[in-house]
Amino acid sequence: MVAAFIGLIWWLVDNTVANLARQNVATGFGFLDNNTGFDINQKLIAYDETSSYQRLLLVGLLNTAIVSVLGILFATLIGFMVGLARLSDNWLVSKLAFIYVEIFRNLPLLIQILFWYVLLIEILPHPKKSFGLWEVFFLNNRGLYLPWFSTLPGGGYLLWVIGLFGAGCFYVARKARNMRELTGQTKAYVRNYILIGVICLGGYLSLWGVPFEANLPALKGFNFRGGLSFTPEFVALLVALSLYTASFIAEIVRAGVLSVSKGQFEAAKALGLPSSVAMNKVIIPQAMRVIIPPLTSQYLNLTKNSSLAAAIAYPELVSVFAGTALNQTGQAVEIIFITMSIYLFLSLLTSFLMNTYNARVTLVEK
Amino acid sequence: MNFLKWPIIEFPKVGLLFAIITFLLFPALANVIPAKAGGTLELIKKRNVLTCGVTQGLPGFSAPDDKGRWHGIDADFCRAVAVAVLGDADAIKFVPLSAKVRFTALQSGEIDLLARNTTWTMHRDTALGIQFIGANYYDGQGFIVRKDIGVTSVRELDGASICANAGTTTELNVADYFRSNGMDYDISSFEKSEEAVAAYDAGRCDAYTTDQSGLYAQRQRLVDPSAHVVLSEVISKEPLSPAVRQGDDIWADIVRWVHYAMLNAEELGVNSQNIDSMKGSPNPSIRRLLGVEGSFGESLGLDNDWATRVIRKVGNYGESFDRNLGAASELKIERGLNALWTQGGLQFAPPIR
Repeated sequence: MVAAFIGLIWWLVDNTVANLARQNVATGFGFLDNNTGFDINQKLIAYDETSSYQRLLLVGLLNTAIVSVLGILFATLIGFMVGLARLSDNWLVSKLAFIYVEIFRNLPLLIQILFWYVLLIEILPHPKKSFGLWEVFFLNNRGLYLPWFSTLPGGGYLLWVIGLFGAGCFYVARKARNMRELTGQTKAYVRNYILIGVICLGGYLSLWGVPFEANLPALKGFNFRGGLSFTPEFVALLVALSLYTASFIAEIVRAGVLSVSKGQFEAAKALGLPSSVAMNKVIIPQAMRVIIPPLTSQYLNLTKNSSLAAAIAYPELVSVFAGTALNQTGQAVEIIFITMSIYLFLSLLTSFLMNTYNARVTLVEK
Repeated sequence: MNFLKWPIIEFPKVGLLFAIITFLLFPALANVIPAKAGGTLELIKKRNVLTCGVTQGLPGFSAPDDKGRWHGIDADFCRAVAVAVLGDADAIKFVPLSAKVRFTALQSGEIDLLARNTTWTMHRDTALGIQFIGANYYDGQGFIVRKDIGVTSVRELDGASICANAGTTTELNVADYFRSNGMDYDISSFEKSEEAVAAYDAGRCDAYTTDQSGLYAQRQRLVDPSAHVVLSEVISKEPLSPAVRQGDDIWADIVRWVHYAMLNAEELGVNSQNIDSMKGSPNPSIRRLLGVEGSFGESLGLDNDWATRVIRKVGNYGESFDRNLGAASELKIERGLNALWTQGGLQFAPPIR
C-alpha cells in the first residue's frame, strides 16, 4: 500500500517532468535565484527590482503573515465581544449582535473585501486634499500615514532590551504567583515592574543615548513619503477578514458558553461571585474547551482566505508569487508546489500552536 | 464519551483497494501525454471546433458584445483560422483567459491558439514551450493620467502611484523605465484589467499603464473619458502576437500563413467585397492567394480555397483593423506602425509563391 502510494507519486512527478521537457518548458528551481525585475508596493523587508524570486517569496509570505496575524487578533477580539453580546440580557445589544452575525456571515468574503476597498478609495480624498491631524497624521485614498521613527546606530539593540524587560517581568510575575499559591497573599507588584522598566530604560539610554529620529510623513510630489503607512489594500483586507471571521467566531463563542451547564453559573452566584468574575473565572475557562477546536479552523480559514486579496492588489503570497512571479517565469508547476507547501506549513503551524494551547486548557480527568 | 460510537472506517481494507486500483492502472498510466505532440490539425478537425484563448474583455482586441459575440482584431484572427481549417467562422470556442493563466492554458492543450494581445518576448518564446507566429499588432507601453494633474510627459511622473495588470510585461517595463531614469514610484498590480482601471478611475493611482492601444480602449470605460489624457510617449516595444504550442510545426505554419494571407490580401487590394470579381484577376499573385493557380493550400494540409474563405468571411488585415481599432471603430486608432510596409508601416508578409 505504501509502495503503491509512493509509486503513484513517482509516476505523477515523472510524467509531469517528461511532458514539460517534451514541450520545451523550462523546469527546475533555478529561477529562484534570478532577479524579478518588478517592484511591489508593500514590503516589510528590503526588496527592489534587482532582488531575487526567493526574496520575493519571502516578501509575499511576510505580507500574508502580517495580515493573517493581525486578522486573527482582531477577529478574536471582535468575535468574543459579539459572541458574549449575543448572550446579553439587554435586548438591543443581543439583537445588534445577532444582526452583525447574520450580515457578515452570509455575504461572500470576496464581495466584502471589494466593498471595503471601493469604499476606501472612493470616499477618501486625493492626497492633495488629505484629512490631516496635527500635521502628522494623514488619511487619503493612497493610505493612512502615521508618524514613525528611523533608527540610528544602536537603535537595533532596543529589541534586546525590550526582550530583557519582558523576561524580567515574567520572572517577577511567576514569583508572585508562587507566593500567592503558597501563602494566599496577593500583593501589588506593580512597583516591581516599574523598577525593572526603569533599570532597562536607564541602562539603554546611558549606553546608546536616543538613537532615533522622528520620521514624519510629508507630501512630496504626488504622494506622501516617510512615516509609517498602511495602504488601502491592506486596510480593506484586514477589515474584511476580521469582520467576516469574527461573525463565525461569535457563534463559536456563543455555542461554547451555552455548552457550560447552567448550574456552574448558579453555583458561582451562590458563592457570591459577581457576574463578571463568574463569567471570566468560571464560565469562559470551561467554554474554552469547546471553543478552541472550531476556533482553530477559523484561524486556518482566515489565513487561507487572505489569498483573495489578489483582487484588490494587496501583494500577498498568492498575488505576487503564484500570480506575478508565475506569469513572469512561466514555471507553474514549481511555483504552485511551493505556494501549496507554504500554506500547508502555515496551517500546520497554526494547528500546532492551537493544539498546544488546547492541551493546556483541556479537562484533565483523574 | 462512550455513548458516542462512530462507525470506524477500516483503514487496511481501504489501503488494499487503493493498492489494487493503482497496480491495475499502472500499465495504462505509464505513457500519458496530455496533448499529443503534432496532430493539432487532425485533433481540431475531429472535434470540429477550434478553441481559441482570448482576453476577458479588451475592446478592439477581444471583447464580447451584449449578445455574447466576440469582436476585436484577435477574435477576428481566431475566426480566420477557424474558417481556413474548418470552413466555418462559428466553429470556434472562445476561452477567456487572465494574463496569469494564458501560457499554462496553451501549454496544457486547453486551447489550440492563443490570440490574446500577448507581447512576443525572448523568454516567452524560448522558455515557455510556445511559438509566436508574427505580430498582428505593433504596440508600445504608455500611460494615461488625469488632465487636471497637469502632467504632459512620463518624465514628470516621479513619485507617482501607478496601477497596472499583474503578471504582464508592463510591470517589468515600468520597473525598468523608472529605475533607469532614477525615478520613484508605487505600483499596485491587479489581477484583472477591469479592477486596475476601476482603481485608477477611483483615484487610487495617478496613472494607469498598459499597451497604448489598451489605454485608448480602456479610456472609453472611464466615468468621464474626456477628463483623461493618454501621454504620447511609449516606454517599450510590444509586438503583440498570436501563439501556438511548440512542437507542431504544421499547425504553426497554418496559423502563420492565415495571418500572412490576410496581410497579402490587403496589399493586393483583395477584400471581402471584391473577392468574387478578384477571382478573375489576371494578377498571378492574386490568383495564387485565392487558389486559382498553384496548390498552396494543399501544401498546408488544407484545400486551395483556404484564403478565399478567410477573406470572404473575415476580410483582409486592413478591414479587420478598421472595424475593430481604426476609423470604423470607437477607438479611432491610427494605423501608424501597423500600416503595411508599402505605406511606411511594419506589417510585412512574405509572398505566396
